[in-house]
Amino acid sequence: MVRFENVWLKYRRAGEATLAAAPNVISDISFEIPDGGFRWLTGASGAGKTSLLKLMYLAEHPSRGRIDIMGTQAVRLNRRDMALLRRRIGVVYQDFRLLGHLSAYDNVALPMRLARKTEGQVKADVTELMRWVGLVDKMQRRPAELSGGEQQRIAIARAVVGRPKLLVADEPTGNLDDDQAERLMLLITALNRLGTTVVIATHNLHLVERYPAPCMEIAAGRLVAHG
Amino acid sequence: MANRVDHLGLRSAMADRLLPMLVGAMSFLAVLAIAGTIAAASLARQWQGDTGAALTVQVPASASAVGNTSRVQAVLGVLAATPGVTDARALSTPELDALLKPWLGADAAALALPVPAVITATWSGAGSLDGLRAALDEAAPGTLAETGARWASRVAALTSSLTASAAAILVIVALVAAAVVAVATRAGLAQRRDSIAIIHGLGALDADIADRFAVRATLLAAVGAVIGAGLAVPVVLWLGTLAAPFAGVLPQTASPGLPVALWVSLPAVPFAAAAIGWVTTQFTVRGWLRGLA
Repeated sequence: MVRFENVWLKYRRAGEATLAAAPNVISDISFEIPDGGFRWLTGASGAGKTSLLKLMYLAEHPSRGRIDIMGTQAVRLNRRDMALLRRRIGVVYQDFRLLGHLSAYDNVALPMRLARKTEGQVKADVTELMRWVGLVDKMQRRPAELSGGEQQRIAIARAVVGRPKLLVADEPTGNLDDDQAERLMLLITALNRLGTTVVIATHNLHLVERYPAPCMEIAAGRLVAHG
Repeated sequence: MANRVDHLGLRSAMADRLLPMLVGAMSFLAVLAIAGTIAAASLARQWQGDTGAALTVQVPASASAVGNTSRVQAVLGVLAATPGVTDARALSTPELDALLKPWLGADAAALALPVPAVITATWSGAGSLDGLRAALDEAAPGTLAETGARWASRVAALTSSLTASAAAILVIVALVAAAVVAVATRAGLAQRRDSIAIIHGLGALDADIADRFAVRATLLAAVGAVIGAGLAVPVVLWLGTLAAPFAGVLPQTASPGLPVALWVSLPAVPFAAAAIGWVTTQFTVRGWLRGLA
């Protein structure tokens, strides 16, 4: 379950003495997504979609309000427990955020290695996922040697390899062609059916129509529609 | 995390030349400081023993040489009977002439000055010389007795200050080494900021990241320290040769070698550098990570 209760977010900007002076990026947002739920997150550029997702995948702390992720009040956690909670969240970043000095294989293996899985498990799961995203023949390539779409598929594989309980994706189909996007959505809906809670931020209304699910719409940092 | 994969790319992010070189220089200085401390302490013990134990007795000249001889014999008799006094011996005329030569010239005897007889001995008694002085004065009035205690205390003060200076240098060297490691670590953190943010976001513990940096910094510091300490050994040997006369070793006949304490301390330098590397890096990285959510 993901629960936001009167959540506000501000970023302190250079030159501002206090956080109070900063503008609100997220304003008084409350919602609840049950375990195994699926939500689209839509809104114009700059509306606050990415900031809302950052709060969900614990990259930011709210300025005010309460966030519960998988039954845990996130801001109360110590650093170790916060890290352990992050391992249960898969994230597909808009800009992929792959490690350039590692191969595609090692990038995908990273969450499993952080979780101290055996190399045997890592090899089996990573190879299977690489096959699924169609990049098994490019496992040893560095991200710079891959196209934008291929990098995005690596980022998606990394996000789901640990079988997360919550999957958060920021424009995951932005660099994919229709076939690849369709394949990705099959993977995500399969994960969702297995119990993973999914939140996907997108501009792609065609995708939203193709895979009907409750939609959260955000505008100027406020949740204007949820349902 | 599996150790085979350099997740943070630290092999290229943390300076593999500058850090060992600077830590090596610090280790070189550390070995010199340790050698200085050990040498100062050793010389202090030796000099205090030599000067503190020396007893000098002056028997003023009498009107006749024969009379002075009997006074010297009387003084020697008192010294022989005094507990704590050993090796009493009257200096010969050539020895006295040699002592006076710097002040009176080569033919001091021609000046016919009333030169006192001088007796040297070793004093191992406790307490003051007052009782001995009284007995000597009774045997030969005007006799003076003095030990090197005053000089020994000055030597002790000098060597103590040398030891303290060497210890202060050692502390400064350790602090500079820590600062060097901290700067190198911060440079590595700045270079790998994005990678760290990514693996932090994937759920890496602070310890996972700090340990990666610490292992790298410790290895580089230890390598630098081994090289620096190794290079210092011949320099310390050379300095030991220069200092040999002060330690009572004749430079042309014997090599002073290195004291056992220094041989024992030498291997500790790389371990100390490694420990400084590990602790400093852990503090630096964990402090930096607290800036992330």
